[in-house]
Amino acid sequence: MGEKLKNKDSLQIVFAGHVDHGKSTIIGRLLVDTDSLPTGKLEFVKKMCQNNSKPFEYAFLLDALKEEQSQGITIDSSRCFFETDKRRYIIIDAPGHIEFLRNMVTGASRASAAFIVIDAHEGVMENSKRHGYLLAMLGIKQINVLVNKMDLVSFSETDFLKIKENYSEFLNSLSISDISFIPVSGFYGDNVSQKSLNMSWYDGKTVLEALESFEINDEVIDSDFRMSVQDVYKFTGKGDERRIIAGMVDYGMLSVGDEILFSPSGKKSKVKSIENFEREEYSVKAGYSVGFTLYDQLYIKRGEIISKKNETHPICSKKLIANIFWMGKERLVIGKDYILKLGTQKTVFQIEEILFVMNTAELSTDQYKKEIDQNEIGRVVLVLKNILAFEISDKFPNFGRFVVVDDYEICGGGIIIDYPDKEISQLRENVNLRNLNWINNSVSSEMRCEKYGHKSCLIIISGKKGSGRKKIARLLETELFSSDKIVFYMGMGNIVYGVDADIKCSGNENRKEHIRRLSEVCNLMLQTGLILIVTIQEIECSDLEIFDQVIGEHNRLTVWLGSEYSCNADLKFDVSNSEYISDEIINLLQSRSIIN
Amino acid sequence: MDHLSELENKSIFILREAYSQFKNLVMLWSIGKDSTVLLWLTRKAFFGHIPFPLVHIDTNHKIPEMIEFRDKLTLELGINMVYGENSEALLKKETFPDGNISRIDCCKKLKTEALKNTLSGKGIRYRMNHQSKKYEIDNDNEPFTGIILGIRSDEEGSRSKERYFSPRDKENDWHIENQPPEFWNQFKTDFKPGTHLRIHPLLDWTELDIWRYIERESIPVVSLYFDNGFGKRYRSLGCAPCTKPVDSDAKNVGDIILELESGKFSKIAERSGRDQDKEDGGGLETLRREGYM
Repeated sequence: MGEKLKNKDSLQIVFAGHVDHGKSTIIGRLLVDTDSLPTGKLEFVKKMCQNNSKPFEYAFLLDALKEEQSQGITIDSSRCFFETDKRRYIIIDAPGHIEFLRNMVTGASRASAAFIVIDAHEGVMENSKRHGYLLAMLGIKQINVLVNKMDLVSFSETDFLKIKENYSEFLNSLSISDISFIPVSGFYGDNVSQKSLNMSWYDGKTVLEALESFEINDEVIDSDFRMSVQDVYKFTGKGDERRIIAGMVDYGMLSVGDEILFSPSGKKSKVKSIENFEREEYSVKAGYSVGFTLYDQLYIKRGEIISKKNETHPICSKKLIANIFWMGKERLVIGKDYILKLGTQKTVFQIEEILFVMNTAELSTDQYKKEIDQNEIGRVVLVLKNILAFEISDKFPNFGRFVVVDDYEICGGGIIIDYPDKEISQLRENVNLRNLNWINNSVSSEMRCEKYGHKSCLIIISGKKGSGRKKIARLLETELFSSDKIVFYMGMGNIVYGVDADIKCSGNENRKEHIRRLSEVCNLMLQTGLILIVTIQEIECSDLEIFDQVIGEHNRLTVWLGSEYSCNADLKFDVSNSEYISDEIINLLQSRSIIN
Repeated sequence: MDHLSELENKSIFILREAYSQFKNLVMLWSIGKDSTVLLWLTRKAFFGHIPFPLVHIDTNHKIPEMIEFRDKLTLELGINMVYGENSEALLKKETFPDGNISRIDCCKKLKTEALKNTLSGKGIRYRMNHQSKKYEIDNDNEPFTGIILGIRSDEEGSRSKERYFSPRDKENDWHIENQPPEFWNQFKTDFKPGTHLRIHPLLDWTELDIWRYIERESIPVVSLYFDNGFGKRYRSLGCAPCTKPVDSDAKNVGDIILELESGKFSKIAERSGRDQDKEDGGGLETLRREGYM
């Protein structure tokens, strides 16, 4: 018995449903039928009922277990353990009251399958729908519906079918299609672990059979690799020199020698060793808490998502569209700073727009509501302070989900359904690909920096037409050159008729592509270690974002000439005194330690 | 993935989250099987290192073998070991074994109060000096604000309601009805100053899982858990006057597993040998609301 038992799978199941629809009765039945109660418990509760002249109910078993603090194996209503010949189960009894929504969410998110209990007599309640909605949102794919108290409707097939029709329509609208409905009487034990003699019209599974046929999801292993950096360890004790990147593999497999990419930083390296306490491994797979070392000495931070070079990579963006369920006492409002936690990333964000708020009772949407109340679900547009690496929730669920923290409390959960800035995200993906395929030089940027006596830097000089950009650029180039700096000035024109000869340059039509190519050229030139000056007419924030994506961690400095600004510049000048302006730029280069 | 590996990897994830998010973290080591498993998981999580101190609350009424085991492992593994006690109550003999107070009050004084004062740094702490191999009074009295504990939800009612990351207020009180939500591997890690935190990486383990894991990983445990020839063994360890051995002839881990799987203990509670749980109806929940482990 021992060996066989040890290898049994374990499954967490949540029972959800409206108050008094009979969750405890069904669970009590299951515990009795699978012989999972502590010795004497059933007899004890039966005797208590007899002494108090009330009929015995299976739900009392759970109540008794709940109260039980001092003797017997305590099985609290929040979690019960039991096992069958096939596997081990942890049953989570999620509270039905709306006030305990966060407990329901906490319990349900630990489960991989769910039973929703609906009273045959009372029918589908708002909570039945809200729970269904939340279970779907939490990512639970296997849901069975137990239509309970069939004894109260004389085991009527018509009544059962009515509820089945009503509720499946609802679940289907949430894209949960693989659901079965079981007519049950928890009180009499019909279809719990025994086939009901009272409902010969039903030939499906019993609750216990349904339980045993839930599947354990293994598809996470046959997937592209994804893992969050949980921490980076450098323990110096006992002469340990390893710098270990630690985390739990969410999807796929990682092996020694794999080339990997960190998002959103875009850094890349190769796996040198997989570290395990007292054991060496060649590869690791989803579900394992692991650690590994790299060939390169990179500064990696907690929060980055790792993917493999030859597989797909996460999306990186500052804007998301998400469904949020809100549990906070204070309403979720537009324009306030909140914290988002996704995987091990953490960033500040604001709600830019509330697209609609969901009415779970009627499954209708309210497009005019501009805040989200406690226990409501809504679709929102989020703007993040920092670039986030993530996925759309149906592809890699673990990276498409986040929680919202407000005033130190977890107040909501969200799933990402889209992102509006596809252009910039696509650009980032291209840049990542470029980085992954970059051919490394034998001379490092540190070596160049030491030889030239300055760091590389991009100086963008912008302003309206006629603001004197080119004049200042040339003066600055001359001054830096005469103080032995490696410097080069390049105007937009140098690019437009050469690199960009294949695209039109009239109007604004291809502006983004012109900027992108210019920034790629800048990136190449910056790799050579020089100080690069470029002039661009009326540069915009979105243009700068392209530059930042493409040139990555190179220094960038923006100078704006004129009184009306179209972007955030490091230096802004109203005056047209060229010498003064170039001196100020040199001062800033010095204060940022780019030149001495 | 097999069940034990699943539990192991999840617990390691929680340990690493705790270490990454909190300063002044400690792990409470009761010398029992659960917290010894926790110690092993810590060494796995941190690749052979134990990057925070271990704290033991010495009631001075522990079974002597437990203290011997503590100090032996401390020296062997190079553990940064700290212990504390309620010296005042011990000096005034305000204890149940001295016959002066009830079991519950004794637990409050020797465990809860001692724990609070050891964590806050108000009580004297003793730290192992690995050079002299002796405990010395610790001059560092900075408070520990995050405590990792080896409690399991199958032990008793109030523990089954716990979160993995469980906040306590300044007085160490637990607000059972107002706990933070935890989902999608996201725990409450943002705290107002003054909040204490308890981290429970073993919440999903059962007594049987613990023994199976001890067997699989060959983890050393106190020999009190085994029948050493008298037909008795301890199923759960605590203070000598309040913890009774059970009748059993299980001589090794394999015997214990059989006993729990299909033998005489498969349906009898683990803590049934503990007298303090039996007093006051819900003794443990009352104690835990006020800061007991």
